[in-house]
Amino acid sequence: MLDVNAILQYTVQGLAAGSFYALAALGLAVIFGVLGVVNFAHGAFYMLGAVAAAVLLDSLDLTLWWSLLVVPVLMFVFGVVVERLLVQWLLRLDPLYNFLLTFGLTLVLVELVKQRYGVSGLPYRLPGGLSGRVDLGGVVLPRYQLFVLLFSVAVCGLVWLVMTRTRVGLIVRAASEKPELARALGINVSRWVTPVFGFGVALAGLAGVLAAPFRAITADMGDNFGIILFAVVVIGGLGSIVGAVVAGFVVGLVEAFGQAYAPTFAQILIFVLMALIILIRPAGLFGRKEATA
Amino acid sequence: VSQSLLIPAPVTGADPVPAGSDPRRRWVLLAAGLVAALALPWFVYPPVAMDVAAMALFAIALDLLLGYTGLLSFGHAAFWGSSAYVTGLIATHYGVPFPVAVVGGAVFAMILAVPVGYLSVRRSGIYFAMVTLAFAQMVYFIGYQWSGLTGGENGLQGVPRRFFGIEAVETNSFYFYYAALPIILFGLWAAWRIVHSPFGRVLVSIRDNAQRARALGYEVDRYKLLAFVLSAGLTGLAGGVFAISHGFVALTELQWSTSGEVVLMTVLGGIGTLWGGVLGAFIVVMLADYLASSGHQGIDLVTGSVFVLAVLLFRRGIWGTVRHQWLVRQQRRAASRRSPADADPARR
Repeated sequence: MLDVNAILQYTVQGLAAGSFYALAALGLAVIFGVLGVVNFAHGAFYMLGAVAAAVLLDSLDLTLWWSLLVVPVLMFVFGVVVERLLVQWLLRLDPLYNFLLTFGLTLVLVELVKQRYGVSGLPYRLPGGLSGRVDLGGVVLPRYQLFVLLFSVAVCGLVWLVMTRTRVGLIVRAASEKPELARALGINVSRWVTPVFGFGVALAGLAGVLAAPFRAITADMGDNFGIILFAVVVIGGLGSIVGAVVAGFVVGLVEAFGQAYAPTFAQILIFVLMALIILIRPAGLFGRKEATA
Repeated sequence: VSQSLLIPAPVTGADPVPAGSDPRRRWVLLAAGLVAALALPWFVYPPVAMDVAAMALFAIALDLLLGYTGLLSFGHAAFWGSSAYVTGLIATHYGVPFPVAVVGGAVFAMILAVPVGYLSVRRSGIYFAMVTLAFAQMVYFIGYQWSGLTGGENGLQGVPRRFFGIEAVETNSFYFYYAALPIILFGLWAAWRIVHSPFGRVLVSIRDNAQRARALGYEVDRYKLLAFVLSAGLTGLAGGVFAISHGFVALTELQWSTSGEVVLMTVLGGIGTLWGGVLGAFIVVMLADYLASSGHQGIDLVTGSVFVLAVLLFRRGIWGTVRHQWLVRQQRRAASRRSPADADPARR
């Protein structure tokens, strides 16, 4: 009954799907850490990343390799614009206001894409080197899923290195953990607010590019994705960067195994997991106790 | 750690002279509101008028949580939609008069709110919004998957409208409006009663400072849960009426965008103003109706932009702004009344 081959396949599939959650949740966590903003539009930014990849391929013939480079840069710029234009005005108020603002922004972005590109999915094809399957000692796995997994683990590792080994990372961690103290020590936290928002948006866009060959590219592809991201950060512990990544992969696995063995309940399982975490560990897997009531 | 407040000017307590505390003014406002509610279907296409009324109760039920308990539920579509489905199912399968079905739907929404609320009130602030949103998405998926019962993506079709065999009400939406209005008015009255009860005072104190309320011996989580369940019940009444009025329940009633739409109505009307929700609902429903009837495509484009602008520039909302201006004038008048008296002795 237990087929090792199948289980390995589901595992890789789940980790690949989890990569999208992990990357995007990482962006969400960094933004929340430094700005104190829960970005509702993260799912929409993920969708924009995928749409941008499809448009680049269609109009400029830029393959996935180029998109992986270009789209995050574009999304970074877009994020900076959004932060300067909208988000910054509400940073001093209750975080709920920016939550509502980015909700409104989501409606606008999704509708704009819907009007421009229609409701049917945009086509996407993989560059030759990434399609097909690889045979790893009897276990046959889709090559692209393995690539997604390795690539996102590499990106997460890179972010981890930046966070722990560089001065920028030190500042970002200080700003997210003890903002007042960081300010008191003479660190200009506000200077990092805009780039960090852009960076978080770029990560969501990157997740979108990776998902482009994997998912139907439609205007509403980010809707459910964004809500599951919230479940991911609640499970991982909002504000915890490690928690976001780990919970992202866990949720991907739950989704993949759910789809394999209980397809009706696959989506529901994620939220059941979230409910269990709230019941057992309200602060999330890696979260500390809620500082503000 | 400072307790950041969602409400720019707290309704109860902080304002020296809360609007409507003048009993005469209150009766005038109440009478005007009743006349407006009764006159609405004469000026607006009756089914749309029913939408306005149902959405108004929805927005006020949300404000009970957001404005008076300080909890932003971003998952109220779960209670609105599930009540709509249960109301529709009861009406379809049991042939009861529609108010009975609506009450059934509301009771179901309250039962659903117990586990959801129990888990959600363990987190507060922005976490509460995220958790309620996620649970509502779960309810959405259950509605989507359980298509044998809910009709899945096709929705629940052919919900009958029975009312003791009175044909005018059953077939004509103009008369139906007046048959269903008492349910909505009861909901509004209940919300008003809750807010002005000792229980409502405790809710406001929790909103303003949960730790202080806890120190005073109130079981904060239990109060929050009760407020959540009551809000879900009122939402359920509104959702049930909506379902009967349309004769159809769409899956979108359970969707996250419905949760967002009602938050927009509450913000537009004014958070923590209760009656502001009526204005917010009126504007949003009429705007959507106008856009739809003029063949406009992107309703979300307008709704989303209104949302962004309201949050950026108009956080007090309509009712909140009016009340704020009124209070400012009141204070200025009081100040000018005092100053001649102060100057008097010098003149003498």
